[in-house]
Amino acid sequence: MKSMRKLNKAGMILSMVIGMIIAACMSPAAGPEVVESDEAAAPAMQETQTTLSIVQERGHLVCIGNAQLPGFGFLDSEGNFSGFDVDYCRAIAAAIFGDADALEVRPASARERFTILSSGEGDVIIRNTTWTMSRDTDLGMNFGPTTFYDGQGLMVRKESGVSTLQDLQGASVCVVTGTTTELNLADQFAAAGVAYEAVVFEDFDQSFNAYDEGRCDAVTTDKSSLVSRQTTLTAPADHVIINVTLSKEPLGPAVRHGDDQWFDLVNWVVYATMLAEEAGITSENIDSFMDSNDPNIGKLLGLEGDFCAKVGLENAGCFADVIRLLGNYAEIYDRNLGPDTVFDLPRGLNSLYTDGGILYAPPIR
Amino acid sequence: MQEIHASQIRPPFYRDERVLGIFTQVLVVVVVVGLGLFFYNNMITGLREKHTVAISFSFLGQVAGFDIGESMIEYSRERTYARAFVVGLLNTFQVAILGIIFATALGIVIGVMRLSTNFLISRIALIYIDFFRNIPLLVLLIFWAQAVFLKLPRVAEAIVLPGPIFLSNRGVAVPWGLPTESWSTYQIILAAGLVLGAAVAYFLREQGKRTGRMPLITLWFLVTVAAVGLIGWIFLPQPLTFDQPVLEGFNTQGGKILSQQFMALLSGLIIYTAAFIAEIVRAGIQSVSKGQREAATALGLNPAQTLRLVIFPQALRVIIPPLTSEYLNLTKNSSLAIAIGYPDLFAVAGNTILNQTGREIEMFTMIMGTYLSLSLLTSFLMNVYNRRIRLVER
Amino acid sequence: MTTAADTSLDRSVMPPSERRTLLGWMRRNLFSDLLNSALTVVAAAVVFLVALLLLRWALTTAQWGVIPANFNLIMRGQYPAEEAWRLWLALYLLGGVIGLMWRLISGKFSTAALIVFLIPLALREVPLFSWMTRFHLLVVAGAGAGAFYLGAYLPIQRSVRAAVYVLLGYLVVMLVILRGYSGDAGPMPTVTTILWGGLLLSLLLAFFGITLSFPLGVALALGRQSKLPAIRIISVTYIEFIRGVPLISLLFMGQVMLQLFLPDGFPLVDRVLRALVAIILFSAAYTAENVRGGLQSISRGQYEAAQALGLSTYRTTMHIILPQALRAVIPVLVGQFISLFKDTTLVALVGLFDLLGIARTITANPDWLGTQQEVFVVVALLFWIFSYTMSYASRRIEQRLGVGER
Repeated sequence: MKSMRKLNKAGMILSMVIGMIIAACMSPAAGPEVVESDEAAAPAMQETQTTLSIVQERGHLVCIGNAQLPGFGFLDSEGNFSGFDVDYCRAIAAAIFGDADALEVRPASARERFTILSSGEGDVIIRNTTWTMSRDTDLGMNFGPTTFYDGQGLMVRKESGVSTLQDLQGASVCVVTGTTTELNLADQFAAAGVAYEAVVFEDFDQSFNAYDEGRCDAVTTDKSSLVSRQTTLTAPADHVIINVTLSKEPLGPAVRHGDDQWFDLVNWVVYATMLAEEAGITSENIDSFMDSNDPNIGKLLGLEGDFCAKVGLENAGCFADVIRLLGNYAEIYDRNLGPDTVFDLPRGLNSLYTDGGILYAPPIR
Repeated sequence: MQEIHASQIRPPFYRDERVLGIFTQVLVVVVVVGLGLFFYNNMITGLREKHTVAISFSFLGQVAGFDIGESMIEYSRERTYARAFVVGLLNTFQVAILGIIFATALGIVIGVMRLSTNFLISRIALIYIDFFRNIPLLVLLIFWAQAVFLKLPRVAEAIVLPGPIFLSNRGVAVPWGLPTESWSTYQIILAAGLVLGAAVAYFLREQGKRTGRMPLITLWFLVTVAAVGLIGWIFLPQPLTFDQPVLEGFNTQGGKILSQQFMALLSGLIIYTAAFIAEIVRAGIQSVSKGQREAATALGLNPAQTLRLVIFPQALRVIIPPLTSEYLNLTKNSSLAIAIGYPDLFAVAGNTILNQTGREIEMFTMIMGTYLSLSLLTSFLMNVYNRRIRLVER
Repeated sequence: MTTAADTSLDRSVMPPSERRTLLGWMRRNLFSDLLNSALTVVAAAVVFLVALLLLRWALTTAQWGVIPANFNLIMRGQYPAEEAWRLWLALYLLGGVIGLMWRLISGKFSTAALIVFLIPLALREVPLFSWMTRFHLLVVAGAGAGAFYLGAYLPIQRSVRAAVYVLLGYLVVMLVILRGYSGDAGPMPTVTTILWGGLLLSLLLAFFGITLSFPLGVALALGRQSKLPAIRIISVTYIEFIRGVPLISLLFMGQVMLQLFLPDGFPLVDRVLRALVAIILFSAAYTAENVRGGLQSISRGQYEAAQALGLSTYRTTMHIILPQALRAVIPVLVGQFISLFKDTTLVALVGLFDLLGIARTITANPDWLGTQQEVFVVVALLFWIFSYTMSYASRRIEQRLGVGER
């Protein structure tokens, strides 16, 4: 029995040694060599495995979105996704495939979204995501053009009579974790010298539910979300969004660092919707523009020059497809947030620069 | 044995158990090490390509920037991530320790009820056990938080119990002692009381061993400590002043506020774990053979003495190991706090800090390391205890 | 009636008294002495009050409309309605497989079999169900009975191994049916797992979690008991590591970090699969510890006898040790399976729409605000029914096998 034990021990040691040898062979521990090979590998990688080629191979776009924000990204009882952000996902799918439904919306919490994107599980985040410097740099994101200019606001009960931050001394405030709003809230209240209790939740549903039940005196998030969510409260008329803006919140699509072609594609799909509004092209009248002599319109609709090829798409009418299937910016906005919806959100900053807003898309040339 | 074996003809190497043993081990280690390295390599190269951020814990020293709803130590947004992590850890401890104490108490009560001769009492305990053991804790917690505690009256219409205790959907506000200058002196007196109590208990035990009549040691211990505490209280000028909660502005001010999330998590954990502890207690008591009870009765012990001196010490041997693992489960289950918004270790570190920094690998290493060391520490203590109380068989 | 013996906790062994009337029973079990009577009165008052409050809530306050309105969501999540027939097909097959397995394992139609057979028929009486659903349930019961009787003509009888193969085969077929194979068109278009939800997802996670974590757990338990130190160390490390961390941390890691550990360009792992893998890895460690308890209960004599008979280590393990060890731990194993089933709710926290996840979306739906009590009560009851059935069955098996009495 004893010799057996000894043998077993010998076996263990032997296996350890072999394991170590394998480890040594496989590990990239040798410094300079690795750097070299990585640099060599990187460009080769980009040629074969661009995000666009992955998406095309897969046959649909995976868009990281929201499932809980009516008007922007919402999962209805039939199990369909709809909303402003979702329409931009559809726009990108339309540009790539000519089919707005070649899309899988991957609902993600605020927490997960960046990790999901950087792990390659999704292709683009369009989930009311604020463009900030640290996200742009630290998290390895690239933010596309802002699709919605927003600001963080506070909603309170009318009966509380709150109108400024100072009125909220000692109040409980519901907030969603992992958001810029969580940080802004802390910053702004600290700056105003107002003591408060942060009640942190993982998602919008819980946060608004807690507010609705009276767990918190105020709830904070982007103003557009507040407007959208106000309609879902038990008694919407009892609540008011106070006239305080805690921060700037430019919301837009985000993609991974390092794939510039994909970044360009996402950018120009967004710009195309704005340019279409500028030119007055809508999903309904687009066919009447197909023989337009205006060079700007011609370039947008793929009638002259091959601008879609510049973002890696073979379909010369990629932007025309977007407009045909989704419409221009105004149409997308009105369909989801406009006067005919329950939200009736004024365009405000989100008007074209010609109408007093700040939407200013660079030209296609 | 060995010599006879060796003198026999050796089997061919592919059927020789010793060779096979070595071979299997080498194979398994190679596969495990290989897989580990494979994952590690992918991670390293992946990080280098996608994140351009190397693994480092230095971010822990940066300013956190977010507020945490409740904290046992001083914390604000200017503090570091490391501090936030500690806040979460302490919150976990708080829930776990309180949960363990109350779940044990409730569990023992229900376990004993289960064994009651009273049909109704025993049935109630059975229904309790069968119900709560068979529903998921997470469902219970969410139900408790959203369908019970959130449905309590709003703070303005809070239910006021004598004390005053305010019961609202923000939580429970209770009166709480505020330390005065003499508090530190009083703490020393309390410590002295504990030492004195321990000494009394030791003395009584020795005496009990000598005389064969075991006095109620725990009772005398408590009496001693309480007496010292009371004397200290009388002699010092008010070591604590009582701070009563009042409804003021948006929330109750003063006193101690046990938030709705904390209460929901704690009560959910207690109710759920108590059902398991009750079963453990019942099984433990039933494991003591009938003969022991009969022998105790024959010796003239009354039922209370039988339970205290004969049944319980023996049942404890069966109860302690599963009870410990139940305690560990409770601690690990407290990580479900994330579902109801209580800032425990997992919610603060695995959710908020991870979100704000994007440091998945570092945060998960820290979280899992913390839970793992808690668990290993407990198992270690458990083993020591088990060795001490192990029945020495003839 | 007030001697010390009467206050003993276990009265079941008391000799039967002549007063076997209701009154006599009550006097013995409810009002044996003053304390007992007081307890009974207080307990009865509490029970009455709780029952009254619950009934009043259930009959008047509760808005039960939320349940039928979202019935499909609760049952199958976002699984497309036009493909729902595939779920029924899988259920038909399940009925058939259970019938066949019963024939292969037990061979005779017992009371237990009758009960299993009656379950789908009893479900038909649920008032909520449409006539289509009732028809489907009838087919399920018919498939079970048919397979049981046709099974008698099979060449193989009384073979647990054959039953296991049937079950494994069913798992594969079921997956193909649920997931589909013909892309976007054809007779069975693909339904991505992300659309699986509600009770369907909870049950699938539990079903696959149990069947797949069990062999892994047994292997780990054997590894932990192995004479080979390397294998022992690896097994112990694995078991202790997994048991030391909460399941939710593994689920989170699976969701957010798995892709980091896989090579670039590796096809994306299904999200449901990730959750399943986390559940399996987690549960296996606990199963291993339970099985180890059984292994330790086997006396040395069994090993020595097997060795004396000249059985190899493999054969000793498979034919002598494991069958005895596993039988000894059936109750704990079932307990572990129940807790695995309950633990599947944690996938709701990583964004899957299992029963609990769906419940959370329903309560957030603006049309059904404030229905948390109703929805979560129903969810809890659904879980309770399945778990309690499992634990009840395990108690029966325990009695049948006489575990704990030997």
